[in-house]
Amino acid sequence: MAILVNKQSRVVCQGITGRNGTFHSLACRDYGTNMVAGVTPGKEGHSVEGIPVFNSVWKAVRETGADVSIIFIPAAHAREPILEAVDAGIRVIVCITEGIPPLDTASALYTVRQEGGYLIGPNTPGIISPPEKCKVGLMPGYIHTPGRVGVISRSGTLTYEVVDQLTKNGVGQSTCLGLGGDPVVGLSFIDVLKMFQDDPETDAVVLIGEIGGSAEEHAAEFIKTEFSKPVAAYIAGRLAPPGKRMGHAGAIIDGGTGTAHGKIQALTDAGVTVIENLTQVGSAVKAMLQ
Amino acid sequence: MNLHEYQAKELLASRGVPIPRGSICYTPLEALVAARRLGTEKVVLKAQVHSGGRGKAGGVALLTMNDDIRSAAADILGKRLVTNQTGPDGKPVSALLVEEAVPIDREIYLGVVLERTTGQVTIMASPEGGMEIEKLAREAPESIFTLRVSPLRGLVSYQARDMAYLLSDHHVLAAELAKIITALYEVLVDYDCSLAEINPLVVSGDKVLALDAKVNLDDNALFRHPEFERWRDRSQEDMLELAAHKDGLSYVKLDGNIGCMVNGAGLAMATLDLISLHGGAPANFLDVGGGASEQAVMDAMNILLDDERVKVVFINVFGGILRCDVLAQGVVTALETRHIHLPVIARIEGTNIEQGRTIFRESGLPIELISSLDDAAKLVIKKAASV
Repeated sequence: MAILVNKQSRVVCQGITGRNGTFHSLACRDYGTNMVAGVTPGKEGHSVEGIPVFNSVWKAVRETGADVSIIFIPAAHAREPILEAVDAGIRVIVCITEGIPPLDTASALYTVRQEGGYLIGPNTPGIISPPEKCKVGLMPGYIHTPGRVGVISRSGTLTYEVVDQLTKNGVGQSTCLGLGGDPVVGLSFIDVLKMFQDDPETDAVVLIGEIGGSAEEHAAEFIKTEFSKPVAAYIAGRLAPPGKRMGHAGAIIDGGTGTAHGKIQALTDAGVTVIENLTQVGSAVKAMLQ
Repeated sequence: MNLHEYQAKELLASRGVPIPRGSICYTPLEALVAARRLGTEKVVLKAQVHSGGRGKAGGVALLTMNDDIRSAAADILGKRLVTNQTGPDGKPVSALLVEEAVPIDREIYLGVVLERTTGQVTIMASPEGGMEIEKLAREAPESIFTLRVSPLRGLVSYQARDMAYLLSDHHVLAAELAKIITALYEVLVDYDCSLAEINPLVVSGDKVLALDAKVNLDDNALFRHPEFERWRDRSQEDMLELAAHKDGLSYVKLDGNIGCMVNGAGLAMATLDLISLHGGAPANFLDVGGGASEQAVMDAMNILLDDERVKVVFINVFGGILRCDVLAQGVVTALETRHIHLPVIARIEGTNIEQGRTIFRESGLPIELISSLDDAAKLVIKKAASV
């Protein structure tokens, strides 16, 4: 049944009438996702190529049974749409937006967690399940192929690079999920690893990490003691100088913590196959599965 | 956005945190006048740079009124201070904080951050002040008291008091500490700081003072605190990094001679690692962004071409939202406009790849297209070595 999203998921796009909201809602629908609704306050009654637009998320949920949301709302105002989605009963929220003040994310995330929901992101390319033909995000669908390897990543295009290699090496994907590039994000590596542990359709996992924070180190601890499926990892940022934000708000080595080397060591100690050469990830994972 | 020590102190003082008496000086004469006006036996001259480790680098001078204050100030002002954090080029010192030197009875560490793992504002305090918190966490973690604040309720006064009682049995001192803990927490939350730290918070006789303060404002939230823009000190940043930031690009200067342009921060970091793995030295990190426009690509190329150290340009793009033809056009236009013919090696993949390839090929410029990322990286290094 895949994790978090599947062919039954009914997706509402908050911010559908914006340029990105429109473009990606249609791209998701083309991939096979059930894009059932959009929300832009004041635009109820409009439709985006057949996708009905509502003023409010609760209305969209009542009229269409939406149960997953994708948010394309600018950073300055992105906290409240998350709360609106939770209040409307949505329990899987994908927040694409980059640049949200971390205190806003923390505040919204608290409520999501209190209500037993899942926040994917923010600053994420989203989530895709090729076997379920369900894409809730920005990723190019065509590089993916159905299979049994889960992918959890903190990046966007780096994930595409890895997925492309996996596909070209005959290694298909069960679910690929972007955790997001911000310092505070909803789901962590551990949260998703737990889901993959319980997912009968995932046999192995690829982790794509980067400098900053200790998510990979915590994941390594979890993998050591509580994860039984094979794991491969690629960690970006060996060359990153300390104290510099490397693109992602969360990609910064702070006071000596969050280095690539620290993460690589922790993962290696946990029995994870850490690949050094980016261009060999696909072939290495293929070999690991044999 | 990082603040200078004197700015951080001004901010904390406005919220009720006591700081030493002092003033900011821009010339040695001003420093002398300020020192005399303080009327204390000893004064401290502190270089204002965005960096820690100033003391060890000679950026802090403790002087008596008999010392040559002008001379001491002139030794620091107008020079570049090289600390263990600035890199070999150091940072320019254009301002000195001249403060009264106070006797120090106790040093306490106090810091507030938004903790990544939990998503909660976290207050840390330690009776072992003066040392860096990372060192403390490594060597004496049991001496750090940690309080995670509920995002729903905020800091409740008993929590600040309880933390203060851990630091002092003396009820007057504890009350003062609780006030300061609360003020520091409020600074982080009210101004969207990524860090608000007082290290050391000093007990001096019957006073408690923030002897040093560090406040970093979160870049993502600056839009709602425009009043702090006046505190931005561009002299503390690299010029190319500033130019890139103005264009909305993410750029970090490195040491090498291979200029890199990539779409996406993770892929950009990975590209640098790949070059390094094969023995090359990237000149920079540059992320044009996932959905870059032709203008953004042109601006990015111009930043690379402005860097005199760059001998060869490496473009690694996996086009998702960014289309390869848009990328190619931006690169070609930039090169044609600048009339600079550095060798360019491009590996492009993804949306509109054929259109992108065609634009590159038909430009007549020295742009080599390699489909294998590994081969492209190796070729770039070979080219950089031979130029």
